[in-house]
Amino acid sequence: MTSNPNKPSFNTDRSRLFKDRFAQYSITAGGIMVLIALLLIFFYLLYVVQPIFESADVETRDSFPLTNAEQIAGLGVEEQTEVAFLLTKAGVVDFYSVEKQTFGKKLTSLPVKLDAKVSSFATSAPFQGQYAYGLENGSAVIVVPKFLVTFPNDKRKLTPRLDYPLGELSLAVDDQGAAIAQFAFSHYEEKTAIVAQTVDKRVMFSSFIAEENMFTGEIEWQVERTELDVEGRIDQLLMSPDTTRTFVRTANQIYIYDTRFPSDVELIQVLAANEENANLVSAELLAGANSLMLANDNGEVSQWFEVNTDDGREYQKIRAFETAKQDKLDIFTEFYRRTFFTTSSNGELGLYYTTSEAKLWQGKISDGAIENFAIAPRSNAALILADNKLTVVDIHNEHPEVTWSALWQEVWYEGYPEPGYIWQSTSASDDFESKFSLVPISFGTIKAAMYAMLFAVPIALSAAVYTAYFMSSELRKVVKPTVEIMEALPTVILGFLAGLWLAPLIEEHLPAIVGLLIMLPVGIIATAYGWTKLPAGIRHRIPEGSHSILLIPVVLLIGWLAFAMSGAIELWMFDGNVRQYLTNELGMTFDQRNSLVVGIAMGFAVIPTIFSIAEDAVFSVPKHLSNGSLALGATQWQTLVSVVLLTASPGIFSAVMMGLGRAVGETMIVLMATGNTPIMDWSIFQGMRTLAANIAVEMPESEVGSSHYRILFLAAFVLFIFTFIFNTVAEFVRQQLRDKYSSM
Amino acid sequence: MVKQWFKSGSPWIWMTGGAVSISLISVLGLLAMIAWKGLSFFWPSQVVQFELDGSVTKQTVIGEVYDREMVPKSRLEAMGVDLSGFEKEQLERLLIKTGNREYVDLDFRWVLETDIKSKTTPADLAVFERSKNGNFYGYIETVIKDGQVITDNKKQVLEELVDRAVDLNDQAADLQDGDIGHINYALERLRLQEKSYLLDDALTDERVAELAQQRAALRADYLVLEKQLFALRNQAKRDKVTVKDMRGESVTIPLYQVLDFWLPNDMGFFAKLGHYFVQLGKFISDDPREANTEGGVFPAIFGTVFMVMLMAVIVTPFGVVAAIYLHEYAAKNAVTKMIRIAVINLAGVPSIVYGVFGLGFFVYVLGGSLDQLFYPEAAPSPVFGTPGVMWSALTLAILTLPVVIVSTEEGLSRIPSTVRHGSLALGATQAETLWRIIVPMASPAIMTGLILAVARAAGEVAPLMLVGVVKMAPTLPLDGNFPYFHLDRKFMHLGFHIYDVGFQSPNVEAARPLVYATAFLLVSVIITLNITAIGIRNHLREKYRSLEH
Repeated sequence: MTSNPNKPSFNTDRSRLFKDRFAQYSITAGGIMVLIALLLIFFYLLYVVQPIFESADVETRDSFPLTNAEQIAGLGVEEQTEVAFLLTKAGVVDFYSVEKQTFGKKLTSLPVKLDAKVSSFATSAPFQGQYAYGLENGSAVIVVPKFLVTFPNDKRKLTPRLDYPLGELSLAVDDQGAAIAQFAFSHYEEKTAIVAQTVDKRVMFSSFIAEENMFTGEIEWQVERTELDVEGRIDQLLMSPDTTRTFVRTANQIYIYDTRFPSDVELIQVLAANEENANLVSAELLAGANSLMLANDNGEVSQWFEVNTDDGREYQKIRAFETAKQDKLDIFTEFYRRTFFTTSSNGELGLYYTTSEAKLWQGKISDGAIENFAIAPRSNAALILADNKLTVVDIHNEHPEVTWSALWQEVWYEGYPEPGYIWQSTSASDDFESKFSLVPISFGTIKAAMYAMLFAVPIALSAAVYTAYFMSSELRKVVKPTVEIMEALPTVILGFLAGLWLAPLIEEHLPAIVGLLIMLPVGIIATAYGWTKLPAGIRHRIPEGSHSILLIPVVLLIGWLAFAMSGAIELWMFDGNVRQYLTNELGMTFDQRNSLVVGIAMGFAVIPTIFSIAEDAVFSVPKHLSNGSLALGATQWQTLVSVVLLTASPGIFSAVMMGLGRAVGETMIVLMATGNTPIMDWSIFQGMRTLAANIAVEMPESEVGSSHYRILFLAAFVLFIFTFIFNTVAEFVRQQLRDKYSSM
Repeated sequence: MVKQWFKSGSPWIWMTGGAVSISLISVLGLLAMIAWKGLSFFWPSQVVQFELDGSVTKQTVIGEVYDREMVPKSRLEAMGVDLSGFEKEQLERLLIKTGNREYVDLDFRWVLETDIKSKTTPADLAVFERSKNGNFYGYIETVIKDGQVITDNKKQVLEELVDRAVDLNDQAADLQDGDIGHINYALERLRLQEKSYLLDDALTDERVAELAQQRAALRADYLVLEKQLFALRNQAKRDKVTVKDMRGESVTIPLYQVLDFWLPNDMGFFAKLGHYFVQLGKFISDDPREANTEGGVFPAIFGTVFMVMLMAVIVTPFGVVAAIYLHEYAAKNAVTKMIRIAVINLAGVPSIVYGVFGLGFFVYVLGGSLDQLFYPEAAPSPVFGTPGVMWSALTLAILTLPVVIVSTEEGLSRIPSTVRHGSLALGATQAETLWRIIVPMASPAIMTGLILAVARAAGEVAPLMLVGVVKMAPTLPLDGNFPYFHLDRKFMHLGFHIYDVGFQSPNVEAARPLVYATAFLLVSVIITLNITAIGIRNHLREKYRSLEH
């Protein structure tokens, strides 16, 4: 087929049209990508942050009936919440599957090796997973249900067994052999201790230390017993897992003993813990064993911990939680976190977190009273014994420690003398109480930005005004890019110079810095005045608008002078050491890497930002405005202040906003030029920790999905929103200004 | 008169002028200081022998004068130094780098000027640069070549021997990183392959045998290479040198530890200049040693360049397309306005926020999914689900996107509309106009944007700390093992190197000059890039100005 060359080929046209359309759509899509990128950042940050504000939830998984419910003394569940175990009063451990498919199936029953009849039962702190039987012959046996995990045919299989951490022989608690009525115990690392009440009403603290017999190799127990002098009816005994504190609850009083040294048991406080018209009904130690939780029959649960007072360390009531008023109210705690559960006689379960003072969940689990309760190791499930049934509940409570008030309000943390704003996210121990107050780091951010702006704004704006309005255009062509090149300077270099060069320099020559602050303006004005006294011949030879070049040697001279005199001033006014003078005479602490250093270094980082935008704003003020003013007889300065600056003020505002946005988000300078301590203090001689630096320091170490991780995302989100507002406002103002000029 | 002068506002004009002077002085001063401190480090400084006596016990100290400062007498007296008989208010203190780290407690010490009894610069004092324990200062006593003591013409023999030792060390390193590294890599891939067969239930007996065979072959190769390696190392161990140090004791230094030696007090200006450039070259081309406090910064330079180039490849198409959309296609509507706000905000969001986003979204979400889909055999160790060079490049690409957009758009707006109209009037479609006319004309502007983006990315550290930078990467992201580009690897970066060495290193004093040198390198690269970009932009402006008329 021959084609006519003159006849337009529709095929080609169509393909060209198609290409054109294709280009249009793909380019539009590409443009919208930018918007999507911003939205993605926004929503992704939000998506990660959001779970910390979700409330806790408890769902019943299933339940199965028990024939020997009244015989159950203790219960527990394995880490994956697949197998539950029940310890009976007779000394038998029953294992049940609580997996969805085989729920309620009895797996096996193991007897505990006991050499006498059981007279009492006790459980350890939840994280230890130990249970103990007190026997009629005055001894006790500690037992730990454990699971051997094997993978036959690639399937997880759990084989239950019983471990005896102290050996199968029972520990002789009472040397007189009286039956044990009730007791509390702890076996932790090398230490083992039991506090017990015998049927003949003696209360004794016994500590056991294992010693290997040199000849036979057998373990022998070195026992040290101390009888405790307690009056009245004894309701409950408690012991901290590290065996350093022992608590005896008698009616409404708590006897607190220091049992760090078994040979020297000391009564440190008798706590009268009852409220008016209320009696204590139960007590429990919170995870970490620093706090004592007390419940009374008014339905109030209160937290007590040791606080430094004038009379030494004393247990004090810190906060209280209201629950439903019930005659039976028990407290159960989690493994590591400061969460606690309350169970009551009407079958209600409550879920609370002490640090954030939050009631996380409350609901009815059963019709009858809840007899016993055990939390799963990962705090994601619990066993509830009620109505002759064993109920398994799933708990969704990932981030109890984060609430709005815990982040932004004063919180009274364990061991602190008073409520405060504290950021301390991690520690070596598992049962550490995280302190997630964003206040000190937000404060640090504002402080750093403020000092930086204090330094940068006057210099940057003055320089911008001069460059745009007074400087000769040849000079301006050189000066503007020179200052702007500083914006390209990596902040890591500014930070490194600030930390390793400027900080020691300022420390050595503090008077010079103060001196510069005074001498520079005075020196410049003196030079200016001296200039007017020079013969007109010389003055006219220098072109207009080169003040700044003339001043360079002056500034250098003043700088040199200030540093040269620094040592002499230090000797003359501060006995040769300003740092000591500050500390001793003024009571100020001096950090080498302090706000002054950050202010100067970060000031340098924001000067070009502010300078560049402000200079553009001033420079683009239409010339006919200033010319009109000058023609009417105003001086240069008057014209500048009342015409030019006034017109350019929105642009200058926008420059300052941009600078502030940059100062708030700056990371490396603050990271390197401060000590990164999250303190709240306006002192110029102390450091701070900012949101951005905090993220850089802690993010690499935080566990993905933990509260800490999400709070760091929250910090990033706060920064994002902060700068978003600054930038949008600044851009909006600048846009308005541009429209205004174009109409002039 | 004075009052009137104040009223005229003239002093305030001077004050604003002063602000400009301060800004200029600080910018130029800063750059000059970095340049001076960074470049002077490589100059072979004199090694001085001090005889000390006074508030310290009588001793000889040999070393380089590293720093000096003035201290008020009262402060020293408060510290318990006896300064009776000294008149001045202040006295000078010298910081001396004495080296010989394994024999003295401190390789840096402060010496008071009052304690110095004499100061000499003997011509035969030698400096040994070693691969372990830093510099060694002392007098060359004997040279031991292949176990034989040589006393004649020591310097020349030593030079030859040092060259030989360095050569052997290089060969050994090449062998280890090259062939042996290759075998290790191949073994690791075999392991992964076996695991992947296992996961697919495809591990047949044939394959097991095949894998075993391959493994055996690799092992055999390895044994041969290992023998070669040990032979080289043994060869390097033959030669030694004995040096008398400042305690007056002879110390034997095996030459395989010596990288270089020189007699600074015996060097003329040109010898020093030559030495200076050799040292500078080593700084740029060597690997770091001694926890990054010595040696060169080559991996950091390589990592920075590699990451930045990867970023440029990602950011350019997106930035250019977005700019073309904004300038050529976008209607004046709300979406366009929102895109503009997005661009402004992307430019203003703190860089650490990008780091957080990159870590959460790229590394954990994207990288985690990639691992699950394509690398199940590597589990539980992550391949892409961990910070690495690709995620760093992507994160910085979003960070620098606004730079490219703004610059390209400026370039587009400088192209006169007559050019577009001409093209359209001749029958070209809009896409053709763009592709044939507009984009080529705007290419210098795109280039400018790209250079600025690269300059910005090269200096950014905070986000990289979260998404892939490490203080010491054992392997480069580019090597001779298939698939050559290892985008999942972590990398070193000049900016992070500055932070790490300056603030996290065990011996900050020794590392400080190196940090200045690294800082100078980084600053000069960035400023060169910026000046180039500004130059291109100005050139472009001139070009189109002439086009308009």
